[in-house]
Amino acid sequence: MSETGHKPDQDNATGGRKSAGSQPAFPMRRSLFRKNLATALLLAPAALWLVVFLVLPFVAIAIFSVGERAPEGGYQAALTFAQYANLPARATAFWNTMVLAPVGALACLLVAYPVAYYLALRAPQRWRLILLAMIVIPFWTSLLMRTYAWMYILGGRGIPALLAYVGIEDLRLINTPGAVLLGIVYGYLPLMILPIYVSLERLDRRLLEASADLGATPLSTFLGVTLRLSLPGVMTGFSLVMILLLGEYLIPTLLGGGKVFFIGNALVDLFLQSRNWPFGSAIAITLVLVSVVVLIVANRISTRLSGARRVDLI
Amino acid sequence: MTAVPDIEFRAVTKRYGAVTAVSGIDLAIPPSAFVALLGPSGCGKTTCLRMIGGFEQPSEGQVLIRGRDMAGTPPYRRPVNMVFQQYALFPHLDVEDNISYGLRQARPRLSSREISQRAGEALSMVQLAGYGRRKIHELSGGQQQRVALARALVNKPAVLLLDEPLAALDKKLRTDMQIELQNLQREIGITFVLVTHDQEEALSMSDFVCVMNGGRVVQLGQPSEIYDEPADLFVADFVGKTNLVSGKVAGLSGDLVDVALADGTVISARKRVPLSRGEAVSVSLRPESLSLSAPGSGSLKGIVRNRIFLGSTAEYAIEVPGIGSLLAKADHVIGQGNLFRPGEPVAIGFAAGAPLAFPHAKNNGTNQREDQNAEILS
Repeated sequence: MSETGHKPDQDNATGGRKSAGSQPAFPMRRSLFRKNLATALLLAPAALWLVVFLVLPFVAIAIFSVGERAPEGGYQAALTFAQYANLPARATAFWNTMVLAPVGALACLLVAYPVAYYLALRAPQRWRLILLAMIVIPFWTSLLMRTYAWMYILGGRGIPALLAYVGIEDLRLINTPGAVLLGIVYGYLPLMILPIYVSLERLDRRLLEASADLGATPLSTFLGVTLRLSLPGVMTGFSLVMILLLGEYLIPTLLGGGKVFFIGNALVDLFLQSRNWPFGSAIAITLVLVSVVVLIVANRISTRLSGARRVDLI
Repeated sequence: MTAVPDIEFRAVTKRYGAVTAVSGIDLAIPPSAFVALLGPSGCGKTTCLRMIGGFEQPSEGQVLIRGRDMAGTPPYRRPVNMVFQQYALFPHLDVEDNISYGLRQARPRLSSREISQRAGEALSMVQLAGYGRRKIHELSGGQQQRVALARALVNKPAVLLLDEPLAALDKKLRTDMQIELQNLQREIGITFVLVTHDQEEALSMSDFVCVMNGGRVVQLGQPSEIYDEPADLFVADFVGKTNLVSGKVAGLSGDLVDVALADGTVISARKRVPLSRGEAVSVSLRPESLSLSAPGSGSLKGIVRNRIFLGSTAEYAIEVPGIGSLLAKADHVIGQGNLFRPGEPVAIGFAAGAPLAFPHAKNNGTNQREDQNAEILS
């Protein structure tokens, strides 16, 4: 029905353009060209940036990953999948990372959600900006500095020393998995809070009233409306933190004592110490693929659960 | 008088900080009626509705639903349901899940068969059978309106609350929905409480109209009562169109007063409140109670300035020297070409008993200013 009704319309449109002749069509095409040119010029810096700093390195790494290690270290041209076959040699690092990333992101989420909820739905309007700023401001200092601070706080002269005053002795905090988790939650919390805050802040408050009006207890309203509609923010925060954690090596090194090996540590080691670039590249490519899979899955989940037409991820 | 009112307000006051939104309202809404809370923006009507729904708590006084004091009862334990302004449908649920949302909250739990059966009935009730699996954003405004209605009614509430339900619809759809709402109310037989600022909507749909102004109930009555016998100047002016003419009381005789208008004409008017001789009054003259005739008869003389031909009727703006512009409305009979033309002199007469005299309200001006402010704010 609709197709047959559509066709004559299209014919008319093209016929109309032809019969209108070249004269009126010309200025239109020129203005279109101008518009495209402006768009192209505006996009050029970003495109150039992406090509130079994202696409080219990625291509280089992809080429490295099928190459061989030169005898003196570095890269030597070849076409072999030996590096990929060798991946199980770093299985522990992969395994540790695959545990750390989701667990760290989950810990972050559990701390971040109540904070974001309070900020978006409960905090007095005039305090909101101040509180948000307090969350973001620590980000202005380098993560390295802040993690060093935690080394001191958790170290022998920090909290354990304070606890010793009240009789709790021999407590080890630094160089434990708990310390790593704490460092991760601390370092990545803003990245989790902000997207959740945004999705909760956009939540139509009348939906909460409608839910209560229809007999839902506050808990049912939270589960059935608030949480569901903030899932896009949750998934954004979760995948953002998780992807960054896949490459994390600083926090485990400083707060975990470097005893547990992560992919990030493996990469630093392979590129800088043992100079096995091809193997490092193969690991890096695998990591990128895992990240992409995480993103796609997260996107699927939040689209399905929130019923939204389109979800902005990151 | 034995029937317990569905909704009762006892000396209800609501304050927000220094602002009093509702002050000392006493109101009993009879069972199975279609009641409209009518008033300008900021008159407290929405606050009243939200106090029935449980979204606001009265600062003083009691709100009773079917004789039970609702103090401290949260919205989810009240036997009322609300159709929200702009509907507040859940965007993450489809039409059927929106409608069955309330049924799923019921404790003890309802069987899933009963839930889907009742949701299906509700869908057909609002003529949306077959739309159950649609997404909310795929529906038109009118369809969303129906889903909101079904979502509320499926829970079989004691009272249905409607917060400006037709405000977002276009005029044609609004008229259809007015009739549909009226039919629904009669069919189901529960009380509907409608909040509106549109006096036409209130008059056309409801059995009772409760006119509110400045946080108080000014008048409660049937639509024709409100229109014919307005309690005060505000109601006369707010409900329907009217001409307000100022004058002074020249004489008193029973229910009637003689009012001397600015141009010296003395007209006879009914009064609703005691008036004293010499008091400044405003006389309300409904446009349809003015009759126009060729010069020579009638109590006032004027010149037609504008003519608005509306088909079945025609409206005239008539300039009366010393009094100002008056609006008159005359039926148009086919074939009877007695339309007055702009520039033509006419005589104006009144139907006996039609003019109503009210004390010249000192606060009328301030009220209007408040209304304007409220409109700017909203």
